[in-house]
Amino acid sequence: MSNTIKNITLKVWRQAGPTAQGYFETHSIPEITDEASFLEMLDILNDRLVTEGKEAIVFDHDCREGICGTCSLMIDGQAHGPQRGTATCQLHMRKFSDGDSITIEPWRASAFPLIKDLMVDRSAFDRIIESGGYITAETGGAPDANLIPIAKPIADAAMDSAECIGCGACVAACPNGAANLFTAAKVAHLNRLPQGQAERYSRVESMVETMDEYFGSCTNHGECEAACPKEISIDVIALMHKDYRKAKFANRKDLARS
Amino acid sequence: MSLTDQLLAQNSVQLDSKIPAGPMADKWNTYKADMKLVNPNNKRKFKVIVVGTGLAGASAAATLAELGYQVDAFTFHDSARRAHSIAAQGGINGAKNYKGDGDSIHRLFYDTVKGGDFRAREANVHRLAENSVDIIDQMVAQGVPFAREYGGLLDNRSFGGAQVSRTFYARGQTGQQLLLGAYQQFSRQVGLGGIRLFNRTELVDVVVIDGRAAGIVVRDLVTGEVTSHSAHAVVLATGGYGNVFFLSTNAMACNVTAAWRAHRKGALFANPCYTQIHPTCIPQSDESQSKLTLMSESLRNDGRVWVPTNPDETRPAHEIPESERDYYLERLYPSFGNLAPRDISSRAAKRAVDKGLGVGAKKNGVYLDFSDAIKRLGREVVEERYGNLFEMYERIAGENPYDTPMRIYPASHYTMGGLWVDYELMTNIPGLYAAGEANFSDHGANRLGASALMQGLSDGYFVLPYTIGNYLAPLLNKPVPGTDHPEFKAAETAAKERFAGYLAVGGTKSPDFFHRELGKIIWDYCGMERTEQGLEKALSEIPALYEEFKKDLRVTGDAEGLNQTLEKAGRVDDFFQLGMLMCKDALDRKESCGGHFRAEYQTDDGEALRDDVNFCHVSAWQWGGDPMKPVLNVEKLEFEEVHLATRSYK
Repeated sequence: MSNTIKNITLKVWRQAGPTAQGYFETHSIPEITDEASFLEMLDILNDRLVTEGKEAIVFDHDCREGICGTCSLMIDGQAHGPQRGTATCQLHMRKFSDGDSITIEPWRASAFPLIKDLMVDRSAFDRIIESGGYITAETGGAPDANLIPIAKPIADAAMDSAECIGCGACVAACPNGAANLFTAAKVAHLNRLPQGQAERYSRVESMVETMDEYFGSCTNHGECEAACPKEISIDVIALMHKDYRKAKFANRKDLARS
Repeated sequence: MSLTDQLLAQNSVQLDSKIPAGPMADKWNTYKADMKLVNPNNKRKFKVIVVGTGLAGASAAATLAELGYQVDAFTFHDSARRAHSIAAQGGINGAKNYKGDGDSIHRLFYDTVKGGDFRAREANVHRLAENSVDIIDQMVAQGVPFAREYGGLLDNRSFGGAQVSRTFYARGQTGQQLLLGAYQQFSRQVGLGGIRLFNRTELVDVVVIDGRAAGIVVRDLVTGEVTSHSAHAVVLATGGYGNVFFLSTNAMACNVTAAWRAHRKGALFANPCYTQIHPTCIPQSDESQSKLTLMSESLRNDGRVWVPTNPDETRPAHEIPESERDYYLERLYPSFGNLAPRDISSRAAKRAVDKGLGVGAKKNGVYLDFSDAIKRLGREVVEERYGNLFEMYERIAGENPYDTPMRIYPASHYTMGGLWVDYELMTNIPGLYAAGEANFSDHGANRLGASALMQGLSDGYFVLPYTIGNYLAPLLNKPVPGTDHPEFKAAETAAKERFAGYLAVGGTKSPDFFHRELGKIIWDYCGMERTEQGLEKALSEIPALYEEFKKDLRVTGDAEGLNQTLEKAGRVDDFFQLGMLMCKDALDRKESCGGHFRAEYQTDDGEALRDDVNFCHVSAWQWGGDPMKPVLNVEKLEFEEVHLATRSYK
């Protein structure tokens, strides 16, 4: 059964552009059904703002099913808000109470420059994938899919890290603005699989080094794991470090041969 | 003379489907053997624009770049990884026959033609079934972590409309894993320089010069700048138009703009009334809801659909005894049971709810019950198969499906209609292609589950890379119009004026308000069940609302920067125009088939009644200068391999 939540106060970050001065703007939501999602509450507010002749609050969102990774709000200082393992778009108002005051901010990290209001530029993630987050298998000529059996535990572990939605909550939650969880999730997905072995060491080396161009360093706070909507374990970071260390030797030997 | 033949004689555009001659199973190989080739060293002299980076767009762009073409790829998202293909849950079909249960390319072909209620083009469907096998190989080679058996081989499950297990899956996130596979391959090419990526950039017009596609005009969503891009060929892989209903399972930004702008430039729009209403979505909970969430059809493998037999039932589900439950799908369709195809399951749910047998506070759903599966398989197995879907349901509905049956109801999910394309996936405008959900070709009047991912990847990986070469080969070293051509400038000016126009209205209502109102009309009169009277009503209400939109729209902010309200206004404008065409098409098609159910045309037991004499054709509409005055062209559907039969799942 649905209930109504009353008197919510929102403090929303507004910033006209990357170089403009940002500020918090206060809005009141007199009542909202607890069946509404957090983003539906913002839709209703935006509709009201437009009708009043004001500019709508800009925020990134799309699938609203917790899978595309577009939504990206810092809610009361927590990436994606208070519910564990849940992206902003899957957060519902039933998690809030009458009279709550909620602060909404964009992801804050130097690698994610602000575009407007609550929207940031996460292209640095794409640069990491472009540098090696793939298995080279050009279209055509692939062998039969069942040719290489993959033990179920390995396939399952690869899937666990492949679930990353690339939202950037890990970076936003990290005091250093590091992208180790994001990068390591992709490394762990591909480096665990038999298909990924040929490029295992070149992959990890170039991905880690591209990551370091944009992002801060990991100091094992573990905030990323707590913020991850897919609850990806920081164990993958250990795997990435291990492979990176090996890569520095393996790749040097390969270079010497060529 | 049948209506189809009469209409065929009146065509204003000659529609050549270019189906290769020869037996069905040889057509695609014949095509590949006969097509023209571009020498590897000459491929870099050609530029191809790909709009959209979902499964079809990303796979096409990646493969074309691997072959050596220069590719410019456009997405309105911040990253190529966000496209809505990512939300597909259940799986992808592949006629591998790994289960040894009698599957074959022919059977997948037949199931798809039958599932589409005999309104698809046979040759395209056969090619799709052939390619399905290669897709699975390709995706595994890329590292897509499909589910596996303990022995390490790939696992399969079954899906609606099929009696074999041919669906490959990656938990409940198959679309995500396939899209990430294609995105990674795409990103590799971005890194290597084969693809230039334009993100946060939306198509606002298609430019046609001397009868050929010459390029596109786009708006940079961050700066508001409108610019032109020219190329030798343009691929639109821009998805479907299900958001015309406002409430749908599509992502918020999914829209018809690219296809519609191409339509206005002369591309025919085929079968717009073929829309799929998916049976298993979470029912609407309140008026403010912005979208509906799908629960994968794969749940129907183990979930049982039922409603109480008593309309006044108030007890919680577990207290209702077996004798007072109606497992209506199992009762009506014993051989397919809970795995009856989507259109049939959706209508059955609607009939139950219309009779007052719905469940939940708003009595707007039916139960999907897992208690038998949990008893039979144990909670652990059910959790392994559907854990993430159950969690998602609980987050949205606030109920735990391990204890309480899910409540589900149909919602707009996919659109089979789209830009008319020939066998080469080329629209009637030479050089303009449409791939994936944006075209109309493979699913007829109803799409089977786990076939959308298959089609997107088939088009992008294994069709376009061949057929585009066939078009480009004769164009070698011939100049193409540059972006300084007056047609590009005119399109830029028109786009700027259009956006300035939305800002200048200065009315009182937001684009969202109009979208919601439009969606209500379309859902009520052009949704799961359509009637002549209802469609005529829609065709008087939509233009009236559209007039109000033009007079009373309010868009705040300006066009010289990021403005999501302005983006939305443009998309809603195009939805209005498409909505009129959809209703026209639905009114015009005086039969029931697949997702198009006209109440006047049904059998005694309420099933769809096709008219194969008069409507065994594709309705391909031409822009007539006014959204209310489209011009009909038809392509006659000839069936060589499959016998037209009444679709029965009993």
